[in-house]
Amino acid sequence: MSSSNSALAKDAITVIEPVSGWRLLDRKELADYRDLFFFLVFRDIKVLYAQTVLGFSWALLNPLIQILIFTVIFGKVAQLDTDGIPYALFSTVAIVPWTYMSNAMSAGSTSLVAGQGMLGKIYFPRVIFPITPILAKLVDFVISILLIIAALMYYGVWPGMNLLLMPLFVLMMIAVPLGISLWLSALAIRYRDVKFAMPFVMRMLIYSAPIVYSATKIPESWRLVYSLNPIVGVIEGFRACLLGSEVPWMFILPGIFTSVLLVVGGLLYFHRMEKVFVDVI
Amino acid sequence: MKKNLAIQVENLSKVYRLGVEDESRDNLATAMASFFRNPISNYRRYRSLYDFRDIDTVGTGSAAASDDRKDILWALRDVSFDVPKGQILGIVGRNGAGKSTLLKILSRITAPTSGRALIQGRVGSLLEVGTGFHQELSGRENVYLNGTILGLRKRQVDGLFDEIVDFAGVEKFLDTPVKRYSSGMKVRLGFAVAAHLSPEVLIVDEVLAVGDAEFKRKCLGKMESIGEEGRTILFVSHNMPQITRLCNRVLMMQDGSIAKDGGPHEVVEAYLSAGKHRVALREWPDAGEAPGGEVARLRSISVRDENGEVADSFDIRRPITVQIEFECLQRGHEMMPGFSVCNEEAQVIFTSVDIEPRWAGKERDSGHYVARITIPGNTLTEGTMLINTSNRVMRPKERLEYFVREAVAFQVIDTLQGDSARGHYLGDLAGIVRPKLDWRTERIDGAASSAPDPGVIAIAGKKASS
Repeated sequence: MSSSNSALAKDAITVIEPVSGWRLLDRKELADYRDLFFFLVFRDIKVLYAQTVLGFSWALLNPLIQILIFTVIFGKVAQLDTDGIPYALFSTVAIVPWTYMSNAMSAGSTSLVAGQGMLGKIYFPRVIFPITPILAKLVDFVISILLIIAALMYYGVWPGMNLLLMPLFVLMMIAVPLGISLWLSALAIRYRDVKFAMPFVMRMLIYSAPIVYSATKIPESWRLVYSLNPIVGVIEGFRACLLGSEVPWMFILPGIFTSVLLVVGGLLYFHRMEKVFVDVI
Repeated sequence: MKKNLAIQVENLSKVYRLGVEDESRDNLATAMASFFRNPISNYRRYRSLYDFRDIDTVGTGSAAASDDRKDILWALRDVSFDVPKGQILGIVGRNGAGKSTLLKILSRITAPTSGRALIQGRVGSLLEVGTGFHQELSGRENVYLNGTILGLRKRQVDGLFDEIVDFAGVEKFLDTPVKRYSSGMKVRLGFAVAAHLSPEVLIVDEVLAVGDAEFKRKCLGKMESIGEEGRTILFVSHNMPQITRLCNRVLMMQDGSIAKDGGPHEVVEAYLSAGKHRVALREWPDAGEAPGGEVARLRSISVRDENGEVADSFDIRRPITVQIEFECLQRGHEMMPGFSVCNEEAQVIFTSVDIEPRWAGKERDSGHYVARITIPGNTLTEGTMLINTSNRVMRPKERLEYFVREAVAFQVIDTLQGDSARGHYLGDLAGIVRPKLDWRTERIDGAASSAPDPGVIAIAGKKASS
């Protein structure tokens, strides 16, 4: 046994009681199940492209097609102003993180409903369900970074020292779908309405953030409200880091605040609801 | 918690709130209209299902008050027991007695409403074989996945891997995706993983109902040796011989409580004889107490022989008539009375509903009805049969008027005269029904048979004589 006071140790006593009160995260229990975590993430990755011809190329194709469509419609036809940045480059650096966030959110929110077979028959910390797809989708994200590299090289852009801030925005990019998935997966198992709302929420979210247009178009008086949407911060952060422009903190700081709130609130709500999951499936 | 105990259960209760009655929605338009009319009330109804603040689940004083509430189901009520280390504890009881709820709470799948349980050591539960299996992953990967689900670390699984594969007998298929496994192979692998990887406490629910006889023997043997190693097993089964063979102690559950606790023979006997007061005729002389609602009420149900006499045991070759009397209290409803026949394992053998053109799909006048349905001889197999009966109003608004589980019971007996489906064979004849089928066999290889054609003999004889 790994450690004597671990929940998995021989003499440890498990107490089973009615759940009550608020709890953030049982870190010790999660640590005990870290190998399971690894296997579930591995499973998600391995199974994702099983029986496909193109395999992992899909991770490139999906965002690539999106970029092409946006470049043609918003760049060429509508000729949106992008502060002098070529539209293809402008949208590539936004669509890559957006694709990750939207995939992770969809998979995370439906994770409990999708896993209800396991939910009713075996126990492991429930919070593993929504977190697993958030991590598994990172593989797609890492692959699609190739698109960003290709676009930067094609346009001859060198990001410069801003690149050092990248980890912060990647972290934020993970935190947003994590927080939302914690909320929505717990809600979805009780109210199946979530499943039907997801597609149009996604469609709305893409226009709520500066993905196809530039954030500088937002009137000054609305900037604070606008940037409370943490997706705005992620996209602006990615753009500034990769294109080497000045980091627009006024768009980013409010988002950091809301994403922390989302994750903390999500964890609390998830644990609060945990006890009824099995009784409602 | 005492050192020698593996499990300590104290006043454990689990309450479910029953049903949100479903309104019938004939088409999308009415469904949408009703949805737009009452999303808020929908929300309240769903919410109320999991709110037990109005029910006193702890104090015993008002327990009687919450007893009367029809919307509450006590799946488990004030259950307490201790299990010393190394004991193999069997749990028996009819369906709905609370066995599975108890196991689910002990394996932490669902939380109790009140009370608590303490478990010493790791718990492995096998509530359904192969739930942790992922179809696209290979057998090898699934062993690791399941091991970690049971709470082990990867290197602990490494150490036991060969033993598991050996027990399950799937060496050749280790790198084949589990979706290509037969169901027997999945059961074997699932049991092998749980039995080897777990732990101080193993919880097994009915999984040995599947799998072939040899594997079942192997599993029982493995469980015995787990017990000898001082580990604890909780074992639910409807198979009484398995229970008596394996367990040191048996709990009998009834309506969410422990009805009997003792040695295996004593409890199994009590469990089996508890069924004996079951009857072949049930009547509700008082219409007010009869099962049902405003539209229909069940007044009596019985099983009868060919002469119309109530009987509780039938010759397997003879027909059995089910007689259902019900009252229709309001005119203008279209209803579908029906019944199903189940065996002792609570497996539904078949269900039958009223399809007589005179009534089916038509509105009925109020009044007293009696339906007689005959099950032909040589249909059911030997053993105890139980009948559930229900009546569903189909129109104008679909709803279940009543459903009575195990309303009547009867025995089917083969008197071994040689003309039943078993012929002269006296051994075990598997199957949940036993139709007597027409066997016609001809020899088709053209060779001389042991009883030669009489015509051929005649000709040969003539030749010889001439």
